[in-house]
Amino acid sequence: MASASKKSSKSKLILTTGNYASAEGAIAVGCRFFAGYPITPSSEIAHYMSRRLPQVGGSFVQMEDELASIVAVVGASYAGAKAMTATSGPGLSLMAETVGLGFMLEAPLVIVTVMRGGPSTGQPTKASQSDVMQTRYLSHGDYETIVLAPSTVQECYDFSVRAFNLAEKYRTPVIVASDGIVGQMMEPVSYHSNFEVINRKPPQVPPDKYQPFEIIDDDLIPGMATAGTDYNFYVTGLTHDITGSPDMTPETEITLVKRLCDKIRRARPDINDWEELYVEDAETVILSYGINARGNPEAVEQARKKGHKVGLVRLKTLWPFPDELMERLGKLGVKKVLVTEMNYGQLIREVERFRHLGFSVSGLLVPTTIPFAPSFIYENLMKEVNR
Amino acid sequence: MTSSEEEWGTPELDYPEEHPLHGRLNLNRFIFCAGCLIGTAITSITTCLVERGLTPKDYAIVSGIGCTGRTSGCFKAPAFHATHGRAIPFATGLKLANPDLEVFVLSGDGDLFAIGGNHFVHACRRNIEINVLCNNNGIYGMTGGQLAPTTSIGDFTSTSPYGNIEPPFNLVSLAAAAGASFVARWPGYDTLRLRESIFKAMDNPGFSFIEILAPCFTQYGRKNKLGDAVKMLEWLREQVVIDKDCPPHEAEYSHEKRRIVCGEFVNNPREGFTQKIKRLRETAQSRRK
Repeated sequence: MASASKKSSKSKLILTTGNYASAEGAIAVGCRFFAGYPITPSSEIAHYMSRRLPQVGGSFVQMEDELASIVAVVGASYAGAKAMTATSGPGLSLMAETVGLGFMLEAPLVIVTVMRGGPSTGQPTKASQSDVMQTRYLSHGDYETIVLAPSTVQECYDFSVRAFNLAEKYRTPVIVASDGIVGQMMEPVSYHSNFEVINRKPPQVPPDKYQPFEIIDDDLIPGMATAGTDYNFYVTGLTHDITGSPDMTPETEITLVKRLCDKIRRARPDINDWEELYVEDAETVILSYGINARGNPEAVEQARKKGHKVGLVRLKTLWPFPDELMERLGKLGVKKVLVTEMNYGQLIREVERFRHLGFSVSGLLVPTTIPFAPSFIYENLMKEVNR
Repeated sequence: MTSSEEEWGTPELDYPEEHPLHGRLNLNRFIFCAGCLIGTAITSITTCLVERGLTPKDYAIVSGIGCTGRTSGCFKAPAFHATHGRAIPFATGLKLANPDLEVFVLSGDGDLFAIGGNHFVHACRRNIEINVLCNNNGIYGMTGGQLAPTTSIGDFTSTSPYGNIEPPFNLVSLAAAAGASFVARWPGYDTLRLRESIFKAMDNPGFSFIEILAPCFTQYGRKNKLGDAVKMLEWLREQVVIDKDCPPHEAEYSHEKRRIVCGEFVNNPREGFTQKIKRLRETAQSRRK
């Protein structure tokens, strides 16, 4: 952990865990507030933050529960801090209501959820990918979520940086869906600083002209005033107009909800990210994400050596769902998509929406805690190829 | 001012431009029943802010959900309407991220002590430098007059149609036991004493709690045949006993015994949480060298 602070040796690789890397990435991009509640397998993020944040002049607080943690993060965000929390499935469930407040108040913040087996207490010390839909539909109401899925320790660092940048840019909560393995395994990682730092858009008008949700730019994102400045503003979880005042008319609800969704939907090309291998001429493509995608390259290379036209896609962002990737696969003439998940079928439902583009969709869906071995993937890939 | 605000109208008499209530005296923001003491709770805070010469950059107001939850919208200030029960952790986040802010939480008894009860005791324990004012009306007003953790035994609410069988919390004893460093209770009509306590709360370098007794004639009064706003104020006044030397665990809160002890029960300033974090940072940074 000590070497984390030595930012000068940028090129140096250090051996650390995904959870520590998630925390250090956040600090590197300017996170100075963490409120959390211990929960396996995410707790090391809180451990690290409790040590590092005071060193860099930030605040760490262990709250009484997850409900309090996420609310404190929204509060800190509105006091101008880059703020985050970290949790796992059951804790994320508890945060649901206030994550909705975060979307409604358009508060930039980051949640790292280190996925474990469920439902309920499930498998605290094991990994899973069973919170994919929870990250999307966590709170009630209509909104769009941004969710990133790291599959390496390096990506835990890099995606923390990106999560804060996206949160600040789009004034929205961003979730990093890591898992019990990626979070706790060790890999060499570079704590580099080759990234831009994006800060939220400040108010675009003087205090006497300011309306907290007035849209001036085409990006549908209002300038954000924070407490401790000369700006007066009122923000509420109630449906509100541009003044921030509650307004219960259908027109205001329609305008607000459409804007909250559209500001993310129209930014999909900027947000969505994935990795491809041999997709250009592939007939069968494996689609996966997170820790469970790690065995895919080996399986695909093995099949390629035997002359099969197979490829792979690894999603780095799960939400908003990359519709444009599906369109690309359709245009390339892909015939079969094999979705592999460490759950009993979650993201596959999104892929199935695109069957009309000409490819069949099948799943390798196991609600297990152990990522799929390359041999297991290869075996099932060949079944799909020969089907 | 936009269309929705204009529709609700503003009165001809308004506070001056720089006042925290300027432009807020319209029916969209002030949604309270005529005669409710929520108004005096709001003006007690604003009077203290004005008298101290504080401007919006100096303070923030947070409320939860319910009648008193809507008070944050009355302030021309950085004001936050949080989720139900979560005003205190919201204020905790604000204060930790900007310790220079004077942070007020103004919320109701249901919000702070039922759904938000856990946050209250931990904020007391942590001694975070925020001022929590609870507008206690003993019932869920906005939601339709349901049982609150402050409803007296035997009283009727929408969810205790045969009379309440649960004993109420004594908020003063609870706050003192949990470690609040300033604790007071006043009837909402006693604005002079209330303001005096708000000033002391602002001066206290830790967690301050003030309970404001504010009877709800619309719900509590109607269901328990206690009469209108004025009759309920008299009903309250007959029960209030001011005892400044009473220890907090003896400060009775009992409508059955017709005895509610008011006063300042704890004033025990000690180092607040953000100050401790500041010192902790110095330790962390010196060890790093």
